[in-house]
Amino acid sequence: MNLGVIVLAHTALQRAEQAIRHWADAGCPVVVHVDRKVDQNEYSAFVDALSDLDRVKFTRRYRCDWGGWELVAATQNAATELLDTHSELRHIYLASGACLPLRPVSELCTYLDARPETDFIESSTTEDVPWTVGGLDEERFTLRFPFSWRRHRRIFDLYVKLQQLIGFKRRIPTGVVPHMGSQWWCLTRRTLNAILTDPKRPIYDRYFRKVWIPDESYFQTMARLHSTKIESRSLTLSKFDFQGKPHVFYNDHKALLRRSACFVARKIWPRADELYDTFPLPYDKPDDHVTPNPSSVDRVFANAVDRRTLGRPGLYMQSRFPTVDRENAVTAGPYSVLQGFAEVFDDFEGWLTKATGGGDVHGHLFAPDRAHFTDDSPVYVGGMSDHPTLRDYNAKMFLTNLIWNNRAKHQAFQFGPMDTQTINWMVAKDTNARISVVSGAWIISLFLAREEFSDVRKEAARLQQIEHKQLKILRSPFTKARVRVMTLAEFVRSPMETLQIIVDEVSEQPHPRLAEAPSMVKLDGLGAFLQDLRNQGMHPFLTGEFAEDTDTGTSLQTQQKPYLVR
Amino acid sequence: MSIFRSYLLRLQRKRWKIRAFRKRRELVEVKNRTNTIRPDDILLFCTFRNEDIRLPYFFEYYRNQGVDHFVMVNNGSTDGGDAYAAAQPDVSLWSTDAGYGNARFGMDWLTYLQWRYGHGHWALTVDVDEFFVYPFCDTRPLAALGDWLDASDVRSFGALMLDLYPQGPVSDARYERGMDPLEIANWFDAGNYTISQNKRMRNLWIQGGPRARAFFADKPEKSPALNKVPFVKWDRRYTYVSSTHMILPRGLNLVYDQQGGEKTSGALLHAKFINTFGERAQEEAARGEHYGAGHEYQQYTETGQDDPKLWTKWSEQYLNWRQLEVLGLLSKGNWA
Repeated sequence: MNLGVIVLAHTALQRAEQAIRHWADAGCPVVVHVDRKVDQNEYSAFVDALSDLDRVKFTRRYRCDWGGWELVAATQNAATELLDTHSELRHIYLASGACLPLRPVSELCTYLDARPETDFIESSTTEDVPWTVGGLDEERFTLRFPFSWRRHRRIFDLYVKLQQLIGFKRRIPTGVVPHMGSQWWCLTRRTLNAILTDPKRPIYDRYFRKVWIPDESYFQTMARLHSTKIESRSLTLSKFDFQGKPHVFYNDHKALLRRSACFVARKIWPRADELYDTFPLPYDKPDDHVTPNPSSVDRVFANAVDRRTLGRPGLYMQSRFPTVDRENAVTAGPYSVLQGFAEVFDDFEGWLTKATGGGDVHGHLFAPDRAHFTDDSPVYVGGMSDHPTLRDYNAKMFLTNLIWNNRAKHQAFQFGPMDTQTINWMVAKDTNARISVVSGAWIISLFLAREEFSDVRKEAARLQQIEHKQLKILRSPFTKARVRVMTLAEFVRSPMETLQIIVDEVSEQPHPRLAEAPSMVKLDGLGAFLQDLRNQGMHPFLTGEFAEDTDTGTSLQTQQKPYLVR
Repeated sequence: MSIFRSYLLRLQRKRWKIRAFRKRRELVEVKNRTNTIRPDDILLFCTFRNEDIRLPYFFEYYRNQGVDHFVMVNNGSTDGGDAYAAAQPDVSLWSTDAGYGNARFGMDWLTYLQWRYGHGHWALTVDVDEFFVYPFCDTRPLAALGDWLDASDVRSFGALMLDLYPQGPVSDARYERGMDPLEIANWFDAGNYTISQNKRMRNLWIQGGPRARAFFADKPEKSPALNKVPFVKWDRRYTYVSSTHMILPRGLNLVYDQQGGEKTSGALLHAKFINTFGERAQEEAARGEHYGAGHEYQQYTETGQDDPKLWTKWSEQYLNWRQLEVLGLLSKGNWA
């Protein structure tokens, strides 16, 4: 047998026994290291359980703390023993008790036989791998770490800070270029022997004893000094999450593990019976030279990291509640806020729906009487109620819910100063918002209602004040929304350009030029009406300038097809 | 948050603990099998009253999910459910006739039992009509979740209470003993939940769903809380505050990420709205033992809605946890 195995066992010893049997049954000599923290009775039972296998040996036990030197010492010790007692070995595999061979050990041997000179060890310099645990990469090699990161996090951090502050740096031994990578490797006898018998080993060992997490850097660095042919990847499928904690495989990963064609995987949940019953399993294809291809596994775990760190934008739930200033996006997708258009045109919503042919065009969602959903129903997608009190109880989430529930479809809604205003800041700061405002358009409904003039005057003043406040928000430097504001007077003079932009935005694609304009309400006499307001002491400054003689230009209905574009 | 206020919370926690310790006298031991609890067992804590019809499926469901031992309090049942529970080999049962309201809605009793038996175990605290789902619950037992949370140094796990209802009137959803209630009531509201943050206790306050829209639309602040922390690696210092909505120390309420990421979370399928609901609402409104003197139940009966029809054309039919994940009602987080 060309392959020898070192097994580091910490917990779940029954499973470790199972894994060791797979190795030993294939004819591999195995040297087992059991953590000193395992109690003596449990250890003896474990040794007894494996006593029928004469290929399995146990080595001196070290007490292994996460990220400590002892793991390396234990590995060195086991490797020396393995090399000394088995001169026939060509490759040494470092595995853990939570490793499970996915393919028969014989397939691994065949694979290694075809690559007799290759060292399989993931090994990259600190510049190449972003390492997030504790935020330390290069400094792992230049600072001292006498305190446990797991048990004394505060002192650990403080001591690191202190060293950074006074600019302390350890000297790296000459010739050593720090490399890091997966703890699980498969080295050739030649390389491993060179590492263990290097005359400068005491110097290196003394240095690495104080490096942080040396089990991920000692052999990785040393192999670079001695190996002639490094293939920088681990033969053990092992994935880490964003906190540097290994992902665990469960029964439902069976198909994924099978497809990966990897030889060994870790870590396996000790109670994943189905995995332990299934594997090792010969690979489907008769060709047992199939190279491991863990890309689909990579994808699954990379997605998990993204979900945990970035999340789904615009989603608010029991486990995701971003605080406002840290949000990457307030809502789940682009939406349009249309202010004043429904006042200027008859059935603007209907026209826009037809013109865009997709997307939901709602009425005044934040109206005082109720939320006017596009189909005018009392309940909308996701079970959203049209009840105004319920909506205003948390108006911002009413909006984020609407956008989230309909994230496949662009949402557009009418807005105005008569509506609930509590969403203004949120919408203004949202990069997804497309806000188009025809300022002063609210005057039209007052103008058409023809009510008691003193009431009209009061109402006009109120609405103007609200809209003015809103426009101030939209003009603030914190606004990130796409904002378009024009006065009523500007808009009625040339509405087509703005309408074209809105149609393009709502349909989320450039649209052929609009052939048909919506029909504008009759504005005859608006100029005079505004003058009347002014005469009463109320200055409607948001509407823009209308000539008092309304026959010239503002009365659009009198012209022949004024906005037909050829 | 000042040291003073955090000290007040500490006092509150101590007070609940002392109170729970005093209330232990209200409990009469019916069947104590806690000596069979092994060190890594998953425990379930539950108070019930007249739930005999629901108990068989409740046990079946949670045994399948990997609960090893049920620690239960029977609050004055008259339907024989207590005898049924006591006969189960994995149940330890206590009994009391004392007021539910006076015992912080049963929490004092459970706090005592949790203090006594829960220490060092993953403990699930649910009602008989709540069914806990979490990512991969169809393939991984609760112990897998517990082990993973342990490895991640996470001590508490959040869930959204998701109200389920039938397609027709609630009284038409006829439940039989032993039946999966999801066979007759499996519709839910997918996207009408609102959230605010409780700065004092650090928990999220979630409201919404069918109850908010059908019963509480004009007084939404009264609508029931849907945020829960049902799964906790118990320590004898811990105590739930208001049902399982909040827990002290308040760090355990941080089951959500505030930087934009998603933590792993689950849902409690709440199968309350079946034919037993109307009768229950009348009884509980009269008894006034529930939260806010049973105002929730009063709301149901006053508005003549003890037989509501909650279904709308936008209701979603429950399939599995993956559907909830897509809808954003729970998250796998970084558990893959």
